[in-house]
Amino acid sequence: MTRTCLVVDDSRVVRKVARRILEAHGFAVAEAEDGQKALDACRLGLPDCVLLDWNMPVMDGITFLHHLRQEFGPEKPPVVFCTTENDLSHIELAIAAGAQEYIMKPFDDEILSGKLSQVGL
Amino acid sequence: MTPSAFSTFAALLKSRSGLVIGPDKTYLLETRLAPILKREKLNDLTALAERLTKPGADNLARDVVEAMTTNESFFFRDDKPFTHFRTQALPRLLANRPANAAIRIWSAAASSGQEAYSLAMILADAKAQLAGRTVEIIGTDIARDQLNRAREGLYTQFEVQRGLPVQMLVKHFRKEDSNWRLSDTIRSMVRFKEFNLLSDPRTLGRFDVVFCRNVLIYFDPPTKARVLDGIAAQMPADGALYLGGAETVLGITGRFAPLQGERGVYGLTPARAAA
Ligand SMILES: C[S@@+](CC[C@H](N)C(=O)[O-])C[C@H]1O[C@@H](n2cnc3c(N)ncnc32)[C@H](O)[C@@H]1O
Repeated sequence: MTRTCLVVDDSRVVRKVARRILEAHGFAVAEAEDGQKALDACRLGLPDCVLLDWNMPVMDGITFLHHLRQEFGPEKPPVVFCTTENDLSHIELAIAAGAQEYIMKPFDDEILSGKLSQVGL
Repeated sequence: MTPSAFSTFAALLKSRSGLVIGPDKTYLLETRLAPILKREKLNDLTALAERLTKPGADNLARDVVEAMTTNESFFFRDDKPFTHFRTQALPRLLANRPANAAIRIWSAAASSGQEAYSLAMILADAKAQLAGRTVEIIGTDIARDQLNRAREGLYTQFEVQRGLPVQMLVKHFRKEDSNWRLSDTIRSMVRFKEFNLLSDPRTLGRFDVVFCRNVLIYFDPPTKARVLDGIAAQMPADGALYLGGAETVLGITGRFAPLQGERGVYGLTPARAAA
C-alpha cells in the first residue's frame, strides 16, 4: 500500500520541495499550512508519518505535536521535525515531545529520505 | 595533457596508493589537482608531471596522492554493517574472549572519522555489556588532512544529518557555532594514525574486527588481494571483516568467505585462519 506523509509547513515552497522528494520515493503527500490544519487532517485520518515545521502561524509545530501525542498515543504516526531551529535545546524539546527524528533546514533528498528510513519508512 | 604526463600520474597513484585511473578519468586529475597547480604556480598538468619526475619531489607527490583520494564518508554508512556489528559480531566476541582480553577494531580507510566514531558510539552505548573490558579503535588513512579532520571531531550540519540518528546527535555532540563537535568521551575512544594500505599491517597488530569499506573499489584485483590477505593475517579465527556495498572478496581471495546470510560481512575461511 502507498505510504502517506503529511507535510506541515507554512511555506508553500518548502511544501512543494518536500512533496517532490516524497513522491519520488513513492509517498502520497498531503499538505497543511499550520498546526491546527494538520491536527484537523489527522482527526480525519492518520498519515503514516508527519514532516513538521516548527514556526508557523495559528499553531506551531511543537504545540501540534503535544496535541497529536495526547490524542493518538506516544508513537504513531512517527514525526520528523523539519525546521530552521538548529540548536540543541530545540532538538531536545522536540524529542521530549515525542518526535522521532529531526531535520535542520536546509534539507535535500538524501537527508529527507534518510531520516524517513530511520523512522522505519 | 600529454599521454606521457598522464602515464606519470597513473603510475605515481598506482604505486603510492593503489589508485587505478584510466584515461577516462583525466577530468578527475584536472579538477582535483587544480589547487596544487595554483599553489605551485604551474600552468598545466603536463608541467606538474614534469616537476614530479625531478628529484626532491617527494612531498609534492604525497600532496598529489592525497588530493586524488575520494574522502566521502558518513555516520553509520549503509546502516546494516553497524547493526550487524552491534547485534552479532560484538556479542560473539564478548562471549568468546576471556573477560580481561582487549578487543581491537580497525577502521582501515577512516577518512574524516565517521566510521570509527560510529563504532565508538555503539560501544559507548554498550558500556554495560562491555563490563569494563578494554576496546581499542584505530582509524587509519593515507590522507593526512582527513586524519586531522577526524581527530578534530567537528562536523557540519549536513554531515551530522547523514545517517546519524538524532538521539545520537543529542547524546554525543555539542554545537559549536554552526558545526557539531563530538564529545571528548567518544573522541578519546579512537586513535587516528597515518597508514597506507599498501604497506605491512603487521605493524598495527591484531584486529578482531576490521571495517575496510569503500576503498578497495579504487584498487585493481591484485592490490585488493594483497590488502585482504594482509588483513586476514592479522585476524583471529572468529574475526569479522566488513566491506563496502560495492566490494567483495569473491574472486579476489580465498582467505575470507561471506558470513552466511549476510551481505558485506566476511569471516576467515576455517582452514586458513591465522594461527
Ligand atoms: C571513500 S573513503 C571511505 C571512508 C569510510 N571507510 C566509509 O566507508 O565511509 C576512502 C578513503 O580511503 C583512503 N585511501 C585511499 N587509498 C588508500 C591507501 N592506499 N591507504 C590508506 N587509505 C587509503 C582515502 O584517503 C579515503 O579517505
